[in-house]
Amino acid sequence: MTILLVVLQMLLYVLLAPLLVGWIRKVKAVLQNRRGASLLQPYRDLYKLFGKEARMAHTASPLFRAAPYIVFTATWLAAAAVPLFVTQLATAGIADIIAIAGLLALARFFLALAGMDVGTAFGGMGASREMLVSALAEPAMLLAIFALVMTVHSTNLATLVDYQLTASVLRPSYLFALSALVLVAIAETGRIPVDNPSTHLELTMIHEAMILEYSGRHLALMEWAAQLKLLLYGALLVNVFFPWGIARQGDPGALASGLFFVMLKLAALGVLLAVSETVLAKMRLFRAPAFLNLALLLGLLGMLSTVVLEVGL
Amino acid sequence: MSTSPALWLAGTAVGLALISALLSLLTGKATRLLRIVVMPLFAAAGLVALAAGLTAMLSGGVSTAELPMGLPWLHWHVRLDALSGFFFCVVGVVSFAVGIYASGYIRGFEGGRDSLPALGGFGGLFLAAMLTVLLADDAFMFMVAWEVMSLSSYFLVAFHHEHAANRSAAFLYLLMAHVGGLAILLSYGILATFGHGFGFEAMRGAELSFGWASAAFVLAFIGFGMKAGLVPLHAWLPLAHPVAPSHISALMSGVMLKVAVYGFIRVLFDLIGQFHWQWGIVVLTVGSISALMGVLYALMQHDLKRLLAYHSVENLGIIFMGLGLSILFLSEGHQIIGAVAFIAALYHSMNHALFKSLLFMGAGAILHSANERDMEKMGGLLRRMPWTGLFFLVGCISISALPPFNGFVSEWLTFQSALQVWQLDSGVLRSVVPIAAAALALTGALAAACFVKVYGIAFLGRARSRAVRRARPAPLTMQVGQGILAALCLLLGVLPTTFIALINIVPQQVLGHGLAQATAHGWLWLTPVSEQTASYGAPLIAVLLIVALVIGLWLMGRGVLRVRRCDAWDCGFAPPNAGMQYTASGFAQPIRRVFGMLFHIEEGVESLPDGRRRHFLRVKDRAWELFYLPIARLIEQSARRVALLQSGNVRIYLGWSFATLLFLLWVVT
Repeated sequence: MTILLVVLQMLLYVLLAPLLVGWIRKVKAVLQNRRGASLLQPYRDLYKLFGKEARMAHTASPLFRAAPYIVFTATWLAAAAVPLFVTQLATAGIADIIAIAGLLALARFFLALAGMDVGTAFGGMGASREMLVSALAEPAMLLAIFALVMTVHSTNLATLVDYQLTASVLRPSYLFALSALVLVAIAETGRIPVDNPSTHLELTMIHEAMILEYSGRHLALMEWAAQLKLLLYGALLVNVFFPWGIARQGDPGALASGLFFVMLKLAALGVLLAVSETVLAKMRLFRAPAFLNLALLLGLLGMLSTVVLEVGL
Repeated sequence: MSTSPALWLAGTAVGLALISALLSLLTGKATRLLRIVVMPLFAAAGLVALAAGLTAMLSGGVSTAELPMGLPWLHWHVRLDALSGFFFCVVGVVSFAVGIYASGYIRGFEGGRDSLPALGGFGGLFLAAMLTVLLADDAFMFMVAWEVMSLSSYFLVAFHHEHAANRSAAFLYLLMAHVGGLAILLSYGILATFGHGFGFEAMRGAELSFGWASAAFVLAFIGFGMKAGLVPLHAWLPLAHPVAPSHISALMSGVMLKVAVYGFIRVLFDLIGQFHWQWGIVVLTVGSISALMGVLYALMQHDLKRLLAYHSVENLGIIFMGLGLSILFLSEGHQIIGAVAFIAALYHSMNHALFKSLLFMGAGAILHSANERDMEKMGGLLRRMPWTGLFFLVGCISISALPPFNGFVSEWLTFQSALQVWQLDSGVLRSVVPIAAAALALTGALAAACFVKVYGIAFLGRARSRAVRRARPAPLTMQVGQGILAALCLLLGVLPTTFIALINIVPQQVLGHGLAQATAHGWLWLTPVSEQTASYGAPLIAVLLIVALVIGLWLMGRGVLRVRRCDAWDCGFAPPNAGMQYTASGFAQPIRRVFGMLFHIEEGVESLPDGRRRHFLRVKDRAWELFYLPIARLIEQSARRVALLQSGNVRIYLGWSFATLLFLLWVVT
């Protein structure tokens, strides 16, 4: 039963990830007075890419070929440890939130290396920028986690979500931690205003610059991994801070309602993201440090407010 | 004299190292002997040292002996306990791999002007001295071995002495080693005074007041911290380590710095044996600053070996962060968390020894094959040297603290102990520790950025110079040496619980408290504090990743996953060439700009004598202007003051002597 739940959740992650992206694009299109593509367009894109021939530059090394598989698997493994619709998860013990961050960092490491492999200027540019953004995001994320761990006393996400379900007090530190994590998630998943997922303008690309040389199934895996990462961060945010409705046992009714609620919450998050991406413009790269410093500061405030305000709670 | 098997093995290891040194001096012109006799002996010494360390840790006992050497009233005492045994393993495993590697590497020096017997001789002496430091059980023997270690490594640093820069680096190293040695000696002096004896046994019994204990702590921290290259005492390290031959760089960065860690642990945790939160804060702060500054300066380097040397500063910073956290928790009476942080520091010591030696060996292989240290001239080496490239990649992933390799485990453990800070009562401590942990997170992420730069520039892309384009694979022995360390990096990353079960005896002996619950859930799960708090199933992650990789390779082998080769995307303009790739400096430019205030940057356009103009960029270490130059100026000024006494008139000198004598007589009475 537990194994089955794990498999179910891992499958749901890969199956739902394109849907979230399709939903965000649809909402954005509506906000911009366009009709937009169908919700299923990301699936069609992936299908098309998997059917196409994969091409590699003459200068590409074996690492270039292995990277999409490593990136996808590492991201998927990280996702396996983030509760999506049920907290009783056998895989939650494999990786706590720090190990999840580590797995995502592994994926990023290979993504950046793959970008530099062919030896074009764009790949190096994307890799350099990606590593800068992630380096600044990491400490902010850790401080936000600290703010949570100070009260929950655990870095296991399943325990964290369980605790949140039973918590009765609204802690100021959580608001800070939530804001910090939202900023980190935006930076890490390459959304506006840090990076623009739909740009192909050379000078502003980060993520797109790194995968510029990929085609066919390699590109499909890279794109899918990016969608998976978005869903992962979405699930992390909604389940840690708004865990209502998540299933705590494995019976079918609870699971179904858990799935329904998490999709509802993710849809709401998607709308928020689409709105913010419509009203905001992408920043210059050297404004991104200020953006992430804000996240760091929020995390620090969250951590300090647990120390100062919530000693007795 | 009681001879336990562990001690007997340890003595054999020291003996083998000394024999390899002696034989090396005897080889003379027959340098081939060095390759086929001396270096295998060196490797054997390493292997025996590893066996000694393992025996000492597994037996769990403490074996001591007294040697008929030293001063008449103070014979040398040797002692092998779990702590020494652990560091014996660190020294042994790296020396073993280095011995194998070096027999291929030194071939590059044959027929050159360099004196190979000196290289082998001082190398053997260096290893013997490091092992003796670990064995010493009295301050006298410790200091003698310590100085032999410093001196023999000085000659190794000065091996390529025909370059003036190398000579001055070696001199700076010698100077710093002696200032550090002096601080250690004074620290032992305090302990010996209160313990009434130079033996470590007597020092353990010393009743120290807080003031004197703090003085001993500060002196030991300065002395060992200088050897370990902690900021701001690190400036010698990035100069001295890279100029030695690469296998010696691997030993110095990988192992000798760990001997300094050993010394610090021995003096503070074992001999002084008391813990105060103020000390914890000092060690934690210095460790955090070292980690951060080390990685930031590393990012700015484009000399591969100097970059690696700066990473040693970073990693030693991480180790000392673990020790600082341990002191902090122990001082507040949280024994278990203190042990977690202590284990994290030990674990990282082992990891850093493995991956840093591996990386230095990789740099040495590039130097051997392409005679190049400057990353701006490398590129595409993965295709020229596939095995070296693969092993170097393992080192890069490990040092960047990414799962499922070993670097991640020790950083994860450090984070886990820091996350337990809520147990402390003091609000100040509770807010300081998370900031240090955030610094650690930043360090880890920057290290990943740095090694994306290193690997991407050196091994991927296209060759940027002729020599690199024609690089040949390294000799087999060099690849084997690297392969051993790479396999160990993976092993320690995949089976952390087993390894912790092995080294658990160290905190049990030193702190009187082990980590029973870390290994309580079997070898699959690592649960340092408790199952609910945090767990990490490294074997599962590794297995899943490897399964995915194997399936991919299988499909590729079946011909299902075919690719077609084509030209890279050129935007419809000229085809991209090697000069259009990102450079190492270019890669680091955003980080240089964001953290600009921490560097001393000189950038501009200079005119060359032939009328052309050139852009230049120099990033210098701020430690020089902030720390070293003021001290140097102070010494020069005071020297000038003292020089006033020097009139050249012999009667005045006699007068001074007489006055001094009178003063001393007055003091004595």
